Amino acid sequence: MTAAYRPIVFTLNGRRVSLRVHPLKRLLDVLREDCGLTGTKEGCGEGECGACTVLVDGRAVNACLVPAAQAAGAKVVTIEGLKGRHPLQRAFAEHGGAQCGICTPGMILAAAALGPRPTMDEVRTGLAGNVCRCTGYEGVYRAIQKQEAGSRKTEGRRQKPEATGRKPGARRRAPNSRIPNPEPRIPMLRRRRT
Amino acid sequence: MRTAISPLALLQPRSLRDALRMLRDEGPLTPLAGCTDLYVGLNAGALADRRFLNIWGLDALRGIELRGDVLRIGALATYSEIVRSADVRRLLPMLAAASREIGAVQIQNRGTIGGNIANGSPAGDTLPVLAAADALVELRGLDWTRTVPFTGFYTGYRASIRRPDELITAVNVPRVEGAQWFRKVGARSAQSISKVVMAGVRAGRPRVALGSVAPTVVRARRTEDALASGAPIAEAQRILQEEISPIDDIRSTVAYRREVASRLLAQFWAATR
Repeated sequence: MTAAYRPIVFTLNGRRVSLRVHPLKRLLDVLREDCGLTGTKEGCGEGECGACTVLVDGRAVNACLVPAAQAAGAKVVTIEGLKGRHPLQRAFAEHGGAQCGICTPGMILAAAALGPRPTMDEVRTGLAGNVCRCTGYEGVYRAIQKQEAGSRKTEGRRQKPEATGRKPGARRRAPNSRIPNPEPRIPMLRRRRT
Repeated sequence: MRTAISPLALLQPRSLRDALRMLRDEGPLTPLAGCTDLYVGLNAGALADRRFLNIWGLDALRGIELRGDVLRIGALATYSEIVRSADVRRLLPMLAAASREIGAVQIQNRGTIGGNIANGSPAGDTLPVLAAADALVELRGLDWTRTVPFTGFYTGYRASIRRPDELITAVNVPRVEGAQWFRKVGARSAQSISKVVMAGVRAGRPRVALGSVAPTVVRARRTEDALASGAPIAEAQRILQEEISPIDDIRSTVAYRREVASRLLAQFWAATR
């Protein structure tokens, strides 16, 4: 049955993927079931809560409202695409922006779409479609506002750049390339190497 | 998702012409654009439609441009594109205001103005704007194009004059003279569906349109007449009550909607003085 579907080709976290799935399958289900990327969560399934937020061509969308066919040719970035090294990920951990964690991937991607130094107004508007039942939002907003300062502070305190085995000053680019990505320094966010 | 997708079909046209041919020869088909309404129904298992037409990739339906005095907004223009458009912000600020308050960013990045029109919800937030702006809807079939006044587009609750073999291709808005005004009243400022929504234009002959107060968007022409004739606002408010027919539903009540509609009219009139 699946072989009957035409392949849908798109870029997922920087890598080209080609999938034979039903063209009306939700992008949310394609990511979780066919790509094994379960960082994207299903909350309401009706575009209200933002838990399934992913970036499509750099813009935040609800993956529960996108048919697979409409991802064709697009650049899709999920929370896994930030590799645990995005300044926002560190900032959410440091400033109490995450509690139970269900809304967090969507929150971080919605925040990433705002670029590196959003105003508080931009943050409130940009995350109005991301609902959290734990944090009361202030920790989230604080994390987004302090993402840059937070990462500098960590640099001084935790370890020297040389200790990572990377050249001093060398930086990896996130798939969302507008935001420069320093080295990973928070063990809990570092991806396990297998 | 509460709908089994395996029995559903999606047709994928390569061009507008291709799409219109499919609508004629392989219909009935439900056009799918940003899916911000249809997928809510599909996710809830509440959508009866089984065959869909993917028009999201049809570039001929994109773009916002100024043609002489007419602002032409492609049916696939998203709310985000409308908000970003310098032409919309300058010439039709009430549409930018309405688009900014639809859903939140995730919805604004996907939802389209053509979808808002086609969906025809009485609570559609751009609809009072289009009614107050005397916009024109462009409909295309395989061998024809017709342009109809938006105020004559709906024939009843979620029913319109669009034929099943036609697509909404654009909405054309002639220059709007006078001050524009828009206000949506919902449970909160983001992510909520309107309890009452109103757009107004303050010109020699004012224009007033409301959503969520009747089976379709309402252009309150007798209220406009009263305002144009210099009648006191209380008189215009009394006439407005005769022109709307709100219902009690999950979002609000008749009494609240009547009260809010009345107050919005007064706010509009005071704010654009």
